[in-house]
Amino acid sequence: MRRAFLICIPYFWLIALFFIPFLIVVKIALSDSMLSIPPYAPKLDISAGWAGLKAFFAALDFENFTFLAEDDLYWKAYLSSVKIAAISTLLTLLVGFPIAYGMAQSAPEWRPTLMMLVILPFWTSFLIRVYAWIGILSNEGFLNQFLMWLGIISDPLIILNTNTAVYIGIVYTYLPFMILPIYASLEKLDSSLLEAGQDLGCSRVSAFWLITIPLSKAGIIAGCFLVFIPALGEFVIPSLLGGSKTLMIGKVLWEEFFSNRDWPVASAVAVILLLLLIIPIILFQRNEQKNREAEQ
Amino acid sequence: MMKSVLTMATALALGATASMAETVRVYNWSDYIDEALLNKFQEETGIELIYDVFDSNEVLETKLLAGGSGYDVVVPSGTFLQRQITAGAFQKLDAAQLPNSANLWDLIQDRTSIYDPGNAYSINYMWGTTGIGVNTAKVAEVLGDDAPIDSLELIFNPENIEKLSACGVHILDAPSEIFPAALAYIGENPDAHDKETLAKAEPVLTAIAPHVTKFHSSEYINALANGDICVAFGWSGDILQARDRADEAENGVEIAYNAPTEGALMWFDQMAIPVDAPNPTGAHKFINFILDAQNMADASNYVYYANGNKASQPLLEEDVINDPAIYPSAAALEKLYITTPYEQKPQRQVTRMWTKIKSGT
Repeated sequence: MRRAFLICIPYFWLIALFFIPFLIVVKIALSDSMLSIPPYAPKLDISAGWAGLKAFFAALDFENFTFLAEDDLYWKAYLSSVKIAAISTLLTLLVGFPIAYGMAQSAPEWRPTLMMLVILPFWTSFLIRVYAWIGILSNEGFLNQFLMWLGIISDPLIILNTNTAVYIGIVYTYLPFMILPIYASLEKLDSSLLEAGQDLGCSRVSAFWLITIPLSKAGIIAGCFLVFIPALGEFVIPSLLGGSKTLMIGKVLWEEFFSNRDWPVASAVAVILLLLLIIPIILFQRNEQKNREAEQ
Repeated sequence: MMKSVLTMATALALGATASMAETVRVYNWSDYIDEALLNKFQEETGIELIYDVFDSNEVLETKLLAGGSGYDVVVPSGTFLQRQITAGAFQKLDAAQLPNSANLWDLIQDRTSIYDPGNAYSINYMWGTTGIGVNTAKVAEVLGDDAPIDSLELIFNPENIEKLSACGVHILDAPSEIFPAALAYIGENPDAHDKETLAKAEPVLTAIAPHVTKFHSSEYINALANGDICVAFGWSGDILQARDRADEAENGVEIAYNAPTEGALMWFDQMAIPVDAPNPTGAHKFINFILDAQNMADASNYVYYANGNKASQPLLEEDVINDPAIYPSAAALEKLYITTPYEQKPQRQVTRMWTKIKSGT
């Protein structure tokens, strides 16, 4: 009884906070846009009873999904989001792994401090930190002024409002999500394995590739998913740091919702985005499960 | 157990006192009021004022159409207002609660009645034009002293904007204002809604888009004042605020605003009360407070936008009432055009073209 109750809690969470909202979004995606409050039809009229319910379902259709397929904007936006998310994930890994490795190699008494330093930026609002990057990267910003003062460049580098700025923003923002799982797996790594490898004639470099990397794979994969999934639907970073050429699905969604007042098409875009996200999430879950089985 | 009951009782008591104090929630454009006025309102009426800001009509419209925005006073522009009235988003104003409406300017009232017949739902807050702001020194450096800073040529002629892109160009991220301007540039009716005419604006905008640093509707105030950009196509008062900020910073940046000689969009921001406003009486009090001649003059003196309040004009500072960029001459007023809201189909066409123009997709 008690056990069944405990299992119910996560399911309740999933149904109340994911499944029901998702059904509402699907319902709007199947509706038609119109000028009213709220700006779509049909509206469910419960007082009309069974006939009202029937009329409601009869009015739903897949028009908005076919509309998405007809215009290449949406596919290009999805693809471009996947590309930006994938490149940022790779960059975050390249920056994050050495940091996690350094943390794991440091003296044990230093580790809590280093861990604290990684988490520290979270104490400031995410929005303020992204705004700070505007100040750093703009034409008259700190970075350009510093480089010009050093005499390395004579004209300011144009970084703000380009995809480069978006990559910088994503790598900076999501770095802790990459470092923490990798650090967790590296910290557990048994150093006697490395010693054994070296005793058997393995160089330090090849011991790193043959032992450290495979054993931290779980952390790397977890970190990559934690960065890739939120980066795919990212809206704030591309809209603040990106230029008008930065095409991401979050921005397209915003435009459907706000500029076109077309909630049904915006919802259809969101449904497809969710389906796109579910694939990596399922892969991630599988990987986790395999790990758990391997550990047992 | 006892402790948690106590905590709950305290929370309830606090909630009760909080709801007893009257509040008015106002949702207005960013950088659009002298904040001293907000304190003055609270002192005079004892009503707690919650003042939030937005920088695009689209955001406001979405909140209104979602229903239950919780705001008592909102300030959409005329075209959006008209559409929102059709959607049933507002309640009619009660003239008896607005004695200060005697201060209104009939010339502006006439024009706003195009959007809101009889001005039944709204009262003008401020109005202005959409035009060109330049950093005079930088533009002269790039294009020479005879640069067409008062003409759409500066923005829509690819040769000019290509050169200007080196020092930075911002354009409003508001297709409902940029499409009319592009149409005015090629001599078409700026208020066209038909598919063919609207399509003619696309190549004009596509040609200049690669040279635009950013399409954004509020960042240009700071960017222009700091010298990060040298040209902005934006709202009159915002550009004049940038000019003022640069003066205050004494950073050597000099900014000028011009309404384009080919014709400029004249727009009106209207105070209205949402149909589901929690405190309509308080909303009327706020609107009546703003309608006071001195208060309205203080607001215009601070944000450099013209207002629809005739009685406030003698109280305006010289550099506001006499600045033709703020209060255009009668002849210049003739050159200003107004637009009407797009229906769903042209709206979708315009947004789609706008996305394509901005992203190249």
